[in-house]
Amino acid sequence: MSTTTITPHGAPEAGVRTLAVPDLSLVVLVGATGSGKSTFAVRHFAPTETLSSDVCRGLVSDDTNDQAATADAFDVLHYIAGKRLAAGRLTVVDATNVQPEARKALIRLAREHDVLPVAIVLDVPEEVCAARNAARPDRAALPRRVIQRHQRELRRSLRHLEREGFRKVHVLRGAEEIEAAGIVRERRFNDLRHLTGPFDIVGDVHGCRAELESLLGRLGYAIERDDRGRPVDAVHPAGRTAVFVGDLVDRGPDSPGVLRLVMGMVEAGHALCVPGNHENKLGRHLAGRTVRHTHGLAETIEQLEAEDPEFRERAHAFIRSLVSHYVLDGGALVVCHAGLPEKYHGRTSGRVRSHALYGDTTGETDEFGLPVRYPWAEDYRGRAAVVYGHTPVPSATWLNNTICLDTGAVFGGKLTALRWPERELVDVPAERVWYEPARPLAQDAPGGTDGRPLDLADVTGRRVVETRHMGRLAVKEENAAAALEVMSRFAADPRHLLYLPPTMAPCATSREDGYLEHPAEAFAAYRADGVRQVVCQEKHMGSRAVVLVCRDAETARERFHTPEGVPGAIVTRTGRPFLDDPETARRLLTRVAESVEGAGLWQELGTDWLLLDAELMPWSLKAGGLLRHQYAAVGAASRGVFPAALAALESAAARGVDVEGLLGHQRDRAADATAFAEAYGRYCWPVGDPSRGWPGEPSPDELSRPAGTRRTDGLDGIRLAPFQILAAEGRSLARLPHDGQLALIDRMIEAEELAAALTNQPCGYRRPWTNRVLAPTRRLVVDTEDEASVAAGVRWWLDLTAAGGEGMVVKPLQAYLRTEGGGLVQPGVKCRGREYLRIVYGPEYTRPDNLARLRNRHLGHKRSLALREYALGLEALDRLADGEPLWRVHEAVFAVLALESEPVDPRL
Amino acid sequence: MFLTITTTGHDDVPATDLGFLLHKHPGRAQRFSTSHGTAHVFYPEATAERCTAALLLEVDPVALVRRGGGKGRGGAPDAALAQYVNDRPYAASSLLAVALGGVFSSAMKGKCAARPELAERRLPLRIELPVVPARGGAALVERLFAPLGWTVTARPLPLDERFPEWGDSRYVALVLEGEQLLADALRQLYVLLPVLDDAKHYWVAPDEVDKLLRSGEGWLAAHPERRLIADRFLARRRSLARDALDRLALARLAEAEGAEPEELDNAVDETVDTEEKPVPLAVRRREAIVGALRAADAARVLDLGCGQGQLVGELLKDTRFTEIVGVDVSVRALREASRRLRLDRMHERQAARVRLFQGSLAYTDRRLAGYDAAVLSEVVEHVDLARLPALEHAVFGAAHPGTVVVTTPNVEYNVRWESLPAGHVRHADHRFEWTRQEFRGWAGAVAERYGYTVEFRPVGPDDPEVGPPTQMAVFRRDASAASGGPASNSAASNSAASDSPASNHAAPNPGETPADPDTTPKEAKAA
Repeated sequence: MSTTTITPHGAPEAGVRTLAVPDLSLVVLVGATGSGKSTFAVRHFAPTETLSSDVCRGLVSDDTNDQAATADAFDVLHYIAGKRLAAGRLTVVDATNVQPEARKALIRLAREHDVLPVAIVLDVPEEVCAARNAARPDRAALPRRVIQRHQRELRRSLRHLEREGFRKVHVLRGAEEIEAAGIVRERRFNDLRHLTGPFDIVGDVHGCRAELESLLGRLGYAIERDDRGRPVDAVHPAGRTAVFVGDLVDRGPDSPGVLRLVMGMVEAGHALCVPGNHENKLGRHLAGRTVRHTHGLAETIEQLEAEDPEFRERAHAFIRSLVSHYVLDGGALVVCHAGLPEKYHGRTSGRVRSHALYGDTTGETDEFGLPVRYPWAEDYRGRAAVVYGHTPVPSATWLNNTICLDTGAVFGGKLTALRWPERELVDVPAERVWYEPARPLAQDAPGGTDGRPLDLADVTGRRVVETRHMGRLAVKEENAAAALEVMSRFAADPRHLLYLPPTMAPCATSREDGYLEHPAEAFAAYRADGVRQVVCQEKHMGSRAVVLVCRDAETARERFHTPEGVPGAIVTRTGRPFLDDPETARRLLTRVAESVEGAGLWQELGTDWLLLDAELMPWSLKAGGLLRHQYAAVGAASRGVFPAALAALESAAARGVDVEGLLGHQRDRAADATAFAEAYGRYCWPVGDPSRGWPGEPSPDELSRPAGTRRTDGLDGIRLAPFQILAAEGRSLARLPHDGQLALIDRMIEAEELAAALTNQPCGYRRPWTNRVLAPTRRLVVDTEDEASVAAGVRWWLDLTAAGGEGMVVKPLQAYLRTEGGGLVQPGVKCRGREYLRIVYGPEYTRPDNLARLRNRHLGHKRSLALREYALGLEALDRLADGEPLWRVHEAVFAVLALESEPVDPRL
Repeated sequence: MFLTITTTGHDDVPATDLGFLLHKHPGRAQRFSTSHGTAHVFYPEATAERCTAALLLEVDPVALVRRGGGKGRGGAPDAALAQYVNDRPYAASSLLAVALGGVFSSAMKGKCAARPELAERRLPLRIELPVVPARGGAALVERLFAPLGWTVTARPLPLDERFPEWGDSRYVALVLEGEQLLADALRQLYVLLPVLDDAKHYWVAPDEVDKLLRSGEGWLAAHPERRLIADRFLARRRSLARDALDRLALARLAEAEGAEPEELDNAVDETVDTEEKPVPLAVRRREAIVGALRAADAARVLDLGCGQGQLVGELLKDTRFTEIVGVDVSVRALREASRRLRLDRMHERQAARVRLFQGSLAYTDRRLAGYDAAVLSEVVEHVDLARLPALEHAVFGAAHPGTVVVTTPNVEYNVRWESLPAGHVRHADHRFEWTRQEFRGWAGAVAERYGYTVEFRPVGPDDPEVGPPTQMAVFRRDASAASGGPASNSAASNSAASDSPASNHAAPNPGETPADPDTTPKEAKAA
């Protein structure tokens, strides 16, 4: 590898014989046995890059010289080479390759993977080969005629190698030249990953020079003109680079003017340009080939006639120089004319070029006689954004991380540019219809914001989800299989299932007498992580709910496909619709929307919807079945058994039987069981009847009732406590500090209170409700470094839980933090109250021997799970904010559900 | 958990003889270790007139969970045991039954070493169990104990007095009174407590049959509920239950396997909805589906939502079906199907015709493309209406088979099911049930959107007024339709209303094909 260097375009260094090899290619060594191929490969390529036929013979037969194993050996070699090329890795084939059939198979392999085949021929005199073989014990017996045959075949081959399909052929003659040769890996022309922009990518111009000038102006470029006032360059003061997706020419009024400007920009390094099919055709015309003057070419030819021959020559050279597509910005951006599937990105073959210029067609034609395009973007799953043109659409929209910028400027539409990496669209309207389209512009942009339908391959099998905040997170196949059933049978429609809350770890187990969980541990843990300010939030006595609330039902339906009339959606922590009755959901969401409106948050956050993380109370609303079948049943059984048992023991004791110890013990157990029943009872209260009240104004009968009893909407008893605003249009708010979060939420609560206070004043068009739906979250900020503050935090928790509260959640005030080591800090830990934990660990968990055993709990897995799910949740919100397609958001949401699922083995 | 046994007597035949019978001294409190806790025996009263023995079993709830090894495979046999919050410490379950057998083993065998004649004597017994879990309620308690000569008092316990609307719990306070042999009483409790609870705290092995027969000697063979008793005592292991019944020489009952209502597992189950004699509707349905597939000349067939694989099994019988694929979202259902079809023991050639895998119609799935026919038998009604368009797209748009057979209940027919309360759907998991008109409306719209024609057939007796119990639609792909197919646009699934294949089409662009794509100006000449 000593001679391997990368030069931008393979400029050979003077002096030594350097062989240029594209950095992604299939390098085929050609030479007789003993010509030194393996030595050459070892010197210039990594051991893993080189596939040797001898090694493969050994792999399948335990004998590197077993000629009977040749067919199987080459199967193995081709298989491995195929895997490497598919993964985009340079591969060297170390075999004699002197026969055309052997090379043909390799050329086919290279083409299948759209990489260039390169031949390096080692032409060494027969005597040298023979001497080398003789020196190797395993080859010493090789008959001389084998070498001679190889030499003959090599001679015959030499002239044909280029015709066979090798894009580069390097012939090294004699041992000395081979010894002196070096390899230069050259970057592929389409590989501009090192250019990071920022870019302004411009859609199909089609000779609309005036619109292009306006667009560049709006993008902030200063246009430079020649002495005749014609634009010849455009420069952005911030050094941005324009990128043209092709189809600069044809149909429009001034194709030469567009070419002049773009050529100037490209030559000056202010722009990049990929060719469109129209440039390709014009290029063939300029090369003197016969092409039909259709689809607007005639106009271009006519306009070019007015230019001087030098300009035409310059245009021709420019078109010849265009590279089919570019991979930019570290691989995050691919620009081409007609779109490109991921497997073609950065590849070099005729097929790739054809696809980049013309797109894929199904082979059918439509009623206008035009080819039916294969909707490749629907299948696209790539990480790189693909920006392209070619197909006029009314407006540019993202589909599966691809976007078509051809908005039909020449047909009277608009000329569109995309700012990268900002992902902002900028457009200018066409000045007029310059050319009548053969058929109307497509009515639907491909895919819209939802992208293509969700595909099973998006979620099943062992999956690795790339996250911004925690890198690659794996989901096991068994977990995905379990989640698939839940998601398919019970979850809400994925189009409004945008987030699932992560599990939350409890604080470290307390050694405090009588306590399993105690806030001192939470404060200490955050202090150890370097987190000074934490916020204690009361843990509400309900069920987790993710609430999507929209300004109105119409917005909800258009943006998220929610059911008719419901301004949003409420889902449980496993993605199920929270409320079985859509009418209750409608009323509740309408009330929340009114409070968001009242607080002025729609305007302030610039959004028509909010995604809230909340607790919906009472617990009995959702968990009624669980409460009755498990908790209440245990309570009923205990209430049944103890009176009888205690009475019997008391009688026995009265008789003088020694049962005192047992009696005392049973009395303690009875007290524990009573405490347990009290604990779950706090989570149960009746809620209003949704069949009453709403909608419409109160009846005269209702108006005659005393104030404060009027207008019930059937939501009485239902309380929603939002504690975090997760997202709004175009932004994830999950990393907003909690004090800011709670301040926004407090305003919603205040708005509702204000509205309720106005009940009796007949002002405003809308009569407010007397009941409250929103519940505040009590909180206390604690400084983990300050003993007094920590003590206050502990006291706060003791008071809260003594009054029947469930407990609290301690979160870093800054919401999103990393430790010194770079890992994510737990977004929150729960400290559950002593009484509440009876519901979790059983009525008698507080008994010292039980506590001792329960303290032996392992929280490492839970903590790790909490962090992974947190990162996936953030990822879902970030993807949503970036306007990524549904399947990308769903991938992260599904992964949270999968991690939360008990695994099932899908293999039968 | 707690139990008292009381008997009465007089000076000649003192009640305290109970102490001899139980082999426990009335003057002492004794404790015994059992595998799940400590059993205490003491006597609240012990006079010649009246003697009561009490058995109190203290269960260690934490050990129960920790020993159970959690839920699922290798875990507790009874899911409740994996919970810290469970009723086992309070309710009379198999734990108490086992303790009974351990603590009073000689009494249960009818032995009394000190006073052998006592064991032969019928005693006036009163047995009190303050908390008995009774799946089946007080009525079942009566049915189980009354035929044995007990006077039964079973009082249901309320779930929670604070919430009267919750009603009664599944526990009863049970009092049994009667003149019985103590050994019989103990053996009956040993069998019937777990039967009432319908759960066991240990995995049931074949020797459980011996335990049942031993404890049932003299009373089980003639018990009118012996089938239920055998089934539940053997933890619903049918083969064991059959074995037990066979050995009770009750082959006649063994034949009628499977009529006992099982706990509904609605992912696995297909047949609960409406089976009625003489030809079950499910059989009719399969006949109709296979008939439609034959008529369509289909060879490669998808059974989407195959459940336990009944239809797959039916299709395997006809060799014209060369490839049969069963797809279900529930892995449990697929496992059950695989077991029923005996896939692991099937001949290779036969096995090559069938595949089962997990899939979901909420997603498009490449593996489903290119088949002659797909069957959606009793599937659509398990999907929320709002999510049905995604299923339509996955099946009709993306998989796009030549024929699609859809069956679904006809809700109009529900009035004819005597056992079905008015206004109820036939299955708890049904998200909707359609009238004939609703089904036709849906099917027509789907056919139109995805390029199919559709015909409707009745399945089961076609009632002149309310139609057939099951309705079937057979969709055929239009031969002429070029649209749709795997490449079909996505709009349809995103919005049921949208129906535009237009976005597939290239807009006005050169109709030419690339002339010589290999001439790549720069890449070609890279050398």
